[in-house]
Amino acid sequence: MSQELSVSVWRSETNAFQEFAVPAQDNQTILDVVSWIQANSDPTLSYRFACRVGMCGSCAMMVNGEPRWTCRTHVKKVLKSNSLQIAPLRNLPVVKDLATDMEPFFDKWVEAKGVFQGTKTRHDAIEPILPDTAERVAASTAIECINCAVCYAACDSVSGNADYLGPAALNRAWSLVNDVRDGAYEERIEAVSGTGGCHNCHSQGGCAKYCPNDLNPSASIAGLKRKTTRNWFGWGRS
Amino acid sequence: MIRPHRNHPLWLAFMLHRVSGVALALFLPIHFYVLALALTDPAALNDFFALTENIWVKITEFGLVFLLAAHMLGGLRLMAMEWLPWSDRQKTFAATAVAGAFAISCSFFLSAVSL
Ligand code: SF4
Ligand code: SF4
Ligand code: FES
Repeated sequence: MSQELSVSVWRSETNAFQEFAVPAQDNQTILDVVSWIQANSDPTLSYRFACRVGMCGSCAMMVNGEPRWTCRTHVKKVLKSNSLQIAPLRNLPVVKDLATDMEPFFDKWVEAKGVFQGTKTRHDAIEPILPDTAERVAASTAIECINCAVCYAACDSVSGNADYLGPAALNRAWSLVNDVRDGAYEERIEAVSGTGGCHNCHSQGGCAKYCPNDLNPSASIAGLKRKTTRNWFGWGRS
Repeated sequence: MIRPHRNHPLWLAFMLHRVSGVALALFLPIHFYVLALALTDPAALNDFFALTENIWVKITEFGLVFLLAAHMLGGLRLMAMEWLPWSDRQKTFAATAVAGAFAISCSFFLSAVSL
């Protein structure tokens, strides 16, 4: 690896990429590169991160045209002829430079009825959920999402239809339709059947390819398609 | 040429399905029009049949049969994906659909040129 990386970074003020030379290190993440530029070359560069360890989901950007969690993406893995192109996440409005406004992304979680609706009170006994029941196994495939919007940026159906709820919100809905303690099954199935719902998905699987936590929203959405079809025929829940 | 985030097999499967669907939508009206010539203008239909002896027409037909078969087998994959229990082998199924379409269109072509 040569001594310096050539890095082009999207700047919102000029609406263009700006070139920076950044010292190469043996071990260096994309977030390290962006932080180095902000600390040493241009303090006005805006970007977002919090945990630096792949937990908070706030640091995702487009790196050489592909969505990535930057705090856990090693430069070596994505470097192309010693250069990097870093841009804000696709499919979201840009606040400034590399920082996107994630509000539309989170609004869609609410629209997809991503909030758990409990049916018990604190006076009821805790309901045992056996780990090997079919519902629990299905729900397990969809948990551990860090809300990073990498899948949302990878999805062409989101770019094509601004109302589409997108892979992450639908993946969340899938974990809840399989949660036997939840009391909002019908409303949620209704919410994911509409014009912005699961039937927009073209099953390209870009979401699954890029999800840094190895989740498969594409599979969750196929599951929702089955459930909504059953519901349409009036065949009940499973 | 393909943007980086689209450079993966299932995106290509999507694009093949879309292109073959559009091609078939354009082809079918022409196909029905030609068939209708049997009733409206049999002489013109005979002229058309003579044209199909041309090797380039046969090659085009091979392409059409490939697209038709790819659309049919790819469509079966999608229906299975959406209605049967999930399988992680979608890339394998998509590749099998393309291989199947190729086998069908090749055998069509071989029988067309050997007649
Ligand atoms: S599989 Fe569906 S949700 Fe995932 S990227 Fe493709 S269109 Fe979007
Ligand atoms: S499903 Fe994966 S890619 Fe999408 S928001 Fe959750 S962790 Fe990120
Ligand atoms: S900074 Fe928290 S996930 Fe990257």
